[in-house]
Amino acid sequence: MIGAAIRTRIRTAICGSFILLSVTTAGGAGDCPATGDTVVIATIGDATSMIPMITSDTASHEMSAFCYNGLLKYDKDLSLVGDLAQSWRISEDNLTITFYLRQNVRFHDGQPYTAHDALFNWRFMVDPATPTGYSYDYEQVAEAEVLDDYTFQVRYAAPYAPGLASWTLPQMPRHLLEGQDPRQSPLSRHPVGTGPYLFRQWNPGESLTLSYNRDYFEGRPCLDAVVYRIIPDLATIFMELSALGLDWSTLTPVQYQRQANSEFFQNNFNKYKYLSSSYSFIGWNMRDPRFQDIRIRRAMSHAIDRREIIKGVLLGMGQEATGPLKPGTYWYNPNVPRYEYDPQKALQLFKEAGWELAPDGRLRNAGGDPFDFVLITNQGNTSRQNAGVFIQYRLAQVGIKVDLRVIEWTSFLQEFVNQRRFDAVLLGWTIPPDPSPSLYSVFHSSNRDPGKLNITGYASQELDALLEQELKVLEQTERKVLHDRIQEIIARDQPYTFLYLPQALPIVHRRFQGIEETSSGISHNFIRWHVPQEQQMRPYIFMER
Amino acid sequence: MILYLCKRLLMMLPMLLGITLVSFAVIQLAPGSPSDLMVDMNPQVSDLARERLHKFYGLDKPVLEQYWNWLKNLAALDFGQSFAPDGRPVWDKIVERLPITVSINVLSLLLTFLVALPLGVYSAVHRGSWLDKGITIFVFIGFAAPTFWLALLAMMLFGVHLGWLPISGIQAMNHDALSWGGKAADYASHLFLPVLLSSFVSLAGLSRYMRSNMLEVIAQDYITTARAKGLRERAVICRHALRNALMPVITILGLSVPGLIGGSVIFESVFAIPGMGKLFYDGVMARDYPLIMGCLVLGAGLTLLGNLLADIGYALADPRVRREGR
Repeated sequence: MIGAAIRTRIRTAICGSFILLSVTTAGGAGDCPATGDTVVIATIGDATSMIPMITSDTASHEMSAFCYNGLLKYDKDLSLVGDLAQSWRISEDNLTITFYLRQNVRFHDGQPYTAHDALFNWRFMVDPATPTGYSYDYEQVAEAEVLDDYTFQVRYAAPYAPGLASWTLPQMPRHLLEGQDPRQSPLSRHPVGTGPYLFRQWNPGESLTLSYNRDYFEGRPCLDAVVYRIIPDLATIFMELSALGLDWSTLTPVQYQRQANSEFFQNNFNKYKYLSSSYSFIGWNMRDPRFQDIRIRRAMSHAIDRREIIKGVLLGMGQEATGPLKPGTYWYNPNVPRYEYDPQKALQLFKEAGWELAPDGRLRNAGGDPFDFVLITNQGNTSRQNAGVFIQYRLAQVGIKVDLRVIEWTSFLQEFVNQRRFDAVLLGWTIPPDPSPSLYSVFHSSNRDPGKLNITGYASQELDALLEQELKVLEQTERKVLHDRIQEIIARDQPYTFLYLPQALPIVHRRFQGIEETSSGISHNFIRWHVPQEQQMRPYIFMER
Repeated sequence: MILYLCKRLLMMLPMLLGITLVSFAVIQLAPGSPSDLMVDMNPQVSDLARERLHKFYGLDKPVLEQYWNWLKNLAALDFGQSFAPDGRPVWDKIVERLPITVSINVLSLLLTFLVALPLGVYSAVHRGSWLDKGITIFVFIGFAAPTFWLALLAMMLFGVHLGWLPISGIQAMNHDALSWGGKAADYASHLFLPVLLSSFVSLAGLSRYMRSNMLEVIAQDYITTARAKGLRERAVICRHALRNALMPVITILGLSVPGLIGGSVIFESVFAIPGMGKLFYDGVMARDYPLIMGCLVLGAGLTLLGNLLADIGYALADPRVRREGR
């Protein structure tokens, strides 16, 4: 149990029959300069279940992640590396993936983790009785089998590029879940996994406590316990931080730039920032003939000042979006057509499309109709609502009257977005580490039907072909070429006016050491966070209940 | 009296049935369904998964059939299972939230009565005095100021600057390690601000009510008689006036019964209290039909019960009501 951690990270350049190896030597407490202390984390919502794959809320996924491992995981650069699988191999024909599992991994209850568990987890995901929304990736697997206790193999019917990434699936214990209704299973209230932290206690709506797993295969995590406190109100969270009742939370841009700048905060906390994996956009409904005209959509993109929105709404804590992928990641293509703020150019484009500024300051067509439209957005995202006001103001300057309407989430989806009853919609998407399936759902023309995700009704044969091709290519550089082209086409056609990516703004108490700030966040090496003995604030007292 | 009670109890049944029917219908009318939260706007969801989820929750059946099934379960006192992914029985979810909500509400109701009644009586007796005016301004500040704002100010003062009280939640992290007395003190310190503030905001209503009742009674002839026969002012007010002025307060008490299990979402969110208000609100947002119905039935049942209790209280206090009932 000694020795420094040797981590050989290998990019997920998947091709031919290379054996990809990710060696991680398990370390003992020796990896921790100090052990002990508790981190108290604020969350605005409680988890719904500790079986993550049957939930859709962030809290459930985030909290249960401490208890579970996948076969693979993303490292700090968002490349796939082994987790419970020590290595994996993709066959020549790109159809079969073989996982070579770590040996001597045990669940929290002492039972060994084997390939039979891996097989069970696949079966669980494709079982019609499992109430999950995430079965699609696993249904692409034609056949899965256990070769021996530590070798697990899946075979796809056709090459499926996002397949590998789907094996980050949290591995549930077969011996506790098999043959059970997952919603009735005790696991949903009391997770038993292989992860770095053990479940201790859950007071619904109030708090959730986890304590360290001394037998974790990557070595004991340094912090003794993790406590989530559920505090739905952002102002209260800030008060708790001010009273040192919390160690880790996320700030709003105003809190980050103004309130948390006091001497007290500088002495007690470290603030971090990284680009979040989501972007906000305006989707133009192309069932409306006005927005079908590419000149109009480009004109809109020129008429809106993104920098101003970032400055005014996010207080500078964000970045302009140029397309649907995250700047700074492998897949992102910066060389796409950009639409600088230029009202003159916008007016020029409107004019070409038959809309001119009338003497009364309104944009009108030959028939004298004014260019008015309704922009809808969902309730609950304050930045987006505020951005709507900036958009309203800038479009008014080119003679367009925008009605901004904020609607409760479920009604917003059911009555407006899914039914396509809108002129333009202000919304956001998250950007998953592997972008393929979501780009396909959002921009492929087959997904235009009501209820599906191509909400603008955008259809481009050129893009469709690329998206289809991309799903079948596994070779990384080849995929990158296709993705670059996809981003160019989307930027050219502007089905969306891409607005911004907000920054995530976490704040952590100063006593925590070993935090690595990367472009993907700060939590990837959480198990190595530690607090020097003399600075520890919250000793965790173990109590059997 | 017993006949009167039976009659009233029987009347409650169709009423309750009507309430559930209307509630069920209204929930169905709200756009969206429970499975939406799981599948909508999620690029990884296939149509097949969508259909499966729909079927899983029994949403593919006609609404009337859904209602009938729900009603059958209710008859066996089964509130059904939540549509949330944890699928826990609705009753369990409600029960784990009830104690904290009820204790805060009972405590604040007690505190409100304890403070508002004397304030009201005093204002009435010294009507027009400076103190009367001062009290009026004080209670109306409580009535008018937004609760969450007052709460945040109080947290800032007592929690951050003075450090006397915890800011949010209902128990300290080391709660389980505390002695019995320590636990009680821990709860008390956590509940102090919520109880104080929720009483403060409801002072206005009750004290004004008490004041106007009292004024009305004082103007009655029998008070003049009492004074005329030479009783001391104290006896006139406490024995003759107050008792009669308290009568309508019984109604208010009765009406407060359903309020005991209800919580305010804003209040609970600000203080991070896992109470009924937040449970119900989250249920509505997630379109968790069984949970919504469970909360509504409980609320409706308690409202009816409260009305009944108020009537019984009246009957006990006022013989005329008893006779009418016969």
